[in-house]
Amino acid sequence: MPTVSVKRDLLFQALGRTYTDEEFDELCFEFGLELDEITSEKEIISKEQGNVKAAGASDVVLYKIDVPANRYDLLCLEGLVRGLQVFKERIKAPVYKRVMPDGKIQKLIITEETAKIRPFAVAAVLRNIKFTKDRYDSFIELQEKLHQNICRKRALVAIGTHDLDTLSGPFTYTAKRPSDIKFKPLNKTKEYTACELMNIYKTDNHLKHYLHIIENKPLYPVIYDSNGVVLSMPPIINGDHSRITVNTRNIFIECTGTDFTKAKIVLDIIVTMFSEYCENQFTVEAAEVVFPNGKSSTFPELAYRKEMVRADLINKKVGIRETPENLAKLLTRMYLKSEVIGDGNQIEIEIPPTRADIIHACDIVEDAAIAYGYNNIQMTLPKTYTIANQFPLNKLTELLRYDMAAAGFTEVLTFALCSQEDIADKLGLDISATKAVHISNPKTAEFQVARTTLLPGLLKTIAANRKMPLPLKLFEISDIVIKDSNTDVGAKNYRHLCAVYYNKNPGFEIIHGLLDRIMQLLDVPPGEDKGGYVIKASEGGSLLQHVEYLQEHPESP
Amino acid sequence: MADGPVAELLLRRLEASDGGLDSAELAAELGMEHQAVVGAVKSLQALGEIIEAELRSTKRWELTAEGEEIAREGSHEARVFRSIPPEGLAQSELMRLPSGKVGFSKAMSNKWIRVDKSAADGPRVFRVVDSMEDEVQRRLQLVQGGQAEKLGEKERSELRKRKLLAEVTLKTYWVSKGSAFSTSISKQETELSPEMISSGSWRDRPFKPYNFLAHGVLPDSGHLHPLLKVRSQFRQIFLEMGFTEMPTYNFIESSFWNFDALFQPQQHPARDQHDTFFLRDPAEALQLPMDYVQRVKRTHSQGGYGSQGYKYTWKLDEARKNLLRTHTTSASARALYRLAQKKPFTPVKYFSIDRVFRNETLDATHLAEFHQIEGVVADHGLTLGHLMGVLREFFTKLGITQLRFKPAYNPYTEPSMEVFSYHQGLKKWVEVGNSGVFRPEMLLPMGLPENVSVIAWGLSLERPTMIKYGINNIRDLVGHKVNLQMVYDSPLCRLDAEPRPPPTQEAA
Repeated sequence: MPTVSVKRDLLFQALGRTYTDEEFDELCFEFGLELDEITSEKEIISKEQGNVKAAGASDVVLYKIDVPANRYDLLCLEGLVRGLQVFKERIKAPVYKRVMPDGKIQKLIITEETAKIRPFAVAAVLRNIKFTKDRYDSFIELQEKLHQNICRKRALVAIGTHDLDTLSGPFTYTAKRPSDIKFKPLNKTKEYTACELMNIYKTDNHLKHYLHIIENKPLYPVIYDSNGVVLSMPPIINGDHSRITVNTRNIFIECTGTDFTKAKIVLDIIVTMFSEYCENQFTVEAAEVVFPNGKSSTFPELAYRKEMVRADLINKKVGIRETPENLAKLLTRMYLKSEVIGDGNQIEIEIPPTRADIIHACDIVEDAAIAYGYNNIQMTLPKTYTIANQFPLNKLTELLRYDMAAAGFTEVLTFALCSQEDIADKLGLDISATKAVHISNPKTAEFQVARTTLLPGLLKTIAANRKMPLPLKLFEISDIVIKDSNTDVGAKNYRHLCAVYYNKNPGFEIIHGLLDRIMQLLDVPPGEDKGGYVIKASEGGSLLQHVEYLQEHPESP
Repeated sequence: MADGPVAELLLRRLEASDGGLDSAELAAELGMEHQAVVGAVKSLQALGEIIEAELRSTKRWELTAEGEEIAREGSHEARVFRSIPPEGLAQSELMRLPSGKVGFSKAMSNKWIRVDKSAADGPRVFRVVDSMEDEVQRRLQLVQGGQAEKLGEKERSELRKRKLLAEVTLKTYWVSKGSAFSTSISKQETELSPEMISSGSWRDRPFKPYNFLAHGVLPDSGHLHPLLKVRSQFRQIFLEMGFTEMPTYNFIESSFWNFDALFQPQQHPARDQHDTFFLRDPAEALQLPMDYVQRVKRTHSQGGYGSQGYKYTWKLDEARKNLLRTHTTSASARALYRLAQKKPFTPVKYFSIDRVFRNETLDATHLAEFHQIEGVVADHGLTLGHLMGVLREFFTKLGITQLRFKPAYNPYTEPSMEVFSYHQGLKKWVEVGNSGVFRPEMLLPMGLPENVSVIAWGLSLERPTMIKYGINNIRDLVGHKVNLQMVYDSPLCRLDAEPRPPPTQEAA
């Protein structure tokens, strides 16, 4: 869940009133947000780097607010305030407009070289914007939040924002050999080739995470203006030439990526959030994108979509009985302008470009329920009549667990994942003989394989409990995993029972006796001739004192 | 009959004394080991109110064996000094003396002696002074005479460093007459024997009262693991509520069932290598239900069933990737798919409790594997109010009655709700579970009828168990490093009897 950090006083100023921490927490809860932490820059630095470093930092109160992962429109102060103000019916949701420029439209021309690496790009212009330090910071922070979330750490979409007054269109989005790209990047004092930059950024704590996206490609994406000035080398870094500042008045925004839908959503979010500060509020200047095939489109899309939902469907899904008019009012409070039409039971809902999360009627139903207040909904029990059944394997497991304890053995609970060594080398087996499933991305050796036997876990439990009085009598009934090409996924769980007896003397007869007891409980007689069980010497000579008895149950898959 | 001769002596002396006596002093007077007197005190104490004994501990300085030798024969340096004649002594010879090595260096540093290295037959040692004071011996003799307090702290610690002096703690008893004091006492019986019963002698014998303050002897027994005791209780609760257990016996799952079937898009962060364990072998699922896969693909990439979809290029290769299931909802998806194939539709209530795996950063409350509890109800016309009603009943059985619901986001449920309960101890609302109504984009491709809703909720098994048993670090609860004593000592799990049951509600 993304966390948005906003200055409390700035937030209250924008909301037009103050709240106590408790009141604001309550408001968040109702709206589906979470006031995660109340802190300050000073406190954060002091926690992470100690009091000394924090000495000069600001102690302005910060609210850290958890935002649902699909609400990109709430990832900055501007969006949060707009959402809450509409929710509290203090303002009406603004209408976002795309307009054509008075002069020539800005053009972004995509060349076909981008196709193999990062084929999509969209663009827009924010005209006559007025930043302050706080607004500017929020603008930068929103891009970072979008990069981390919907943009999937810039892999799907990367955003570049530029001072349009330093550039001259049309712009070209192309891909070139890294050695052929040379420019002065943000925060550097001289020009570097792309190859040099990729090396420099290997040690940059922020940028090193994005290098892998293009690192091994023959061509790197790059955007030029008509004079050959580099705007950006997405998804890594922008050029220094067009960097924006607090004083920037006209912003050219480009989003490049591998996911067209998400690139369009990201662009919509940025322009809807920050057109608030444009001379013509909530108005965005269109830009034209020319595709390699010669066709072109204008962006941002800023599409409003109409959905029809029947009032009784909402009532039925939520479990409430509200009039269509009330439901329309509730939805309008959720930034979904709604009105009753047709037969009086039909609600027409307008989905604004900020609400890309609304993809189905069920999303509309949820918003109605949130505005109604989850905690105002009458709780009822469904009349669903069913007979309960236990899963037979688990039922048997439960019965056996109790009788194992009654036989004096103590239950342990060990991990299903372990190292190759645990299930092979340490038991004198070759890993290939175990038929274990192997994990491709373990962070440590503890998670290399799924166990093929319960024994290592029990032995490790004994090793960790050597201070306990003897004897130790332990058991576990749990699943192990074996590769099996007869199942759909190619592997299968087996339910195993494993018991160990640990003492100064071997006491084999004790574990033998336990086996006899288990067989008695399972109603399996001794002796092969009676169709019962028989113990045979195991081939692997490694387990002299600890013998594992595996019982594969008939119910097992 | 007194309890042994020492006890008898002790009682006599005590009778004659006014007030009481000290066990160490008595031992010294009687010329016996202090331990013997202590034994007598303890046996008399066990008889009841005959005597009263108060434990006193005193610290004392005592000479070590070496210290006693020095008190007797003088310090090593003094002995070295004395052994040197006026004409001096060869150093090699001096070193052969018993006190030679230690005494030589000390006497040198005291400037009592000197070495002449130019002597013809090797270095020779001479006296420097005519006489000296053996301070070490004098001090040790003071301690021996019980006058350790006459030495300064520094002097004592120097002697202690030389291992000549040791501080010992002496535990003694101050014994006085008890309320039932008597010099003639008879030993009380501690156990009733078959002989006493058959001879009838038990009628005349005094019996020692049972000491209820002592601990009994715990029975030899096996024990169940606390987390699995809680699992049993959760199973019981679901069964009481009429929920049927789903099969969950596959830790290995395809990305398809774990994510795609749940309408979780292929670029979702949960599908990242950082969050999920993928498999190297077997790397891919061998079979997928292809008809259904096609419907899922269409719903993701183009929409359908009233949905806009996610509008991206859905890849089969991505869906085939095997992983360790990240939630049991994959098993719920399989169960619901099987249900959808059975016509006509019959309402169901399902549950499961089993292991799930996350490739996450580990800390005090997160492990790479944990247990997930999941409940699912599928029926015509289920509402959000029904979900809340079922949750209320479920949590009431856990002893949690104050509930509150917060809107939340989950890729496969809509509406979604986080469940909070008021924690009396923490004095705040804490999240106890997650819930929601499964999205139509998940259910309709399976083939479930359009008017069937499926409500579901989930929580971890570890969290309520840690709260229940007061465990702060999950490693103290799960895995091979747990202390078995914790398993031995853990009480029954009675979830509805938090935190301690009133006396009228005894355990079954």
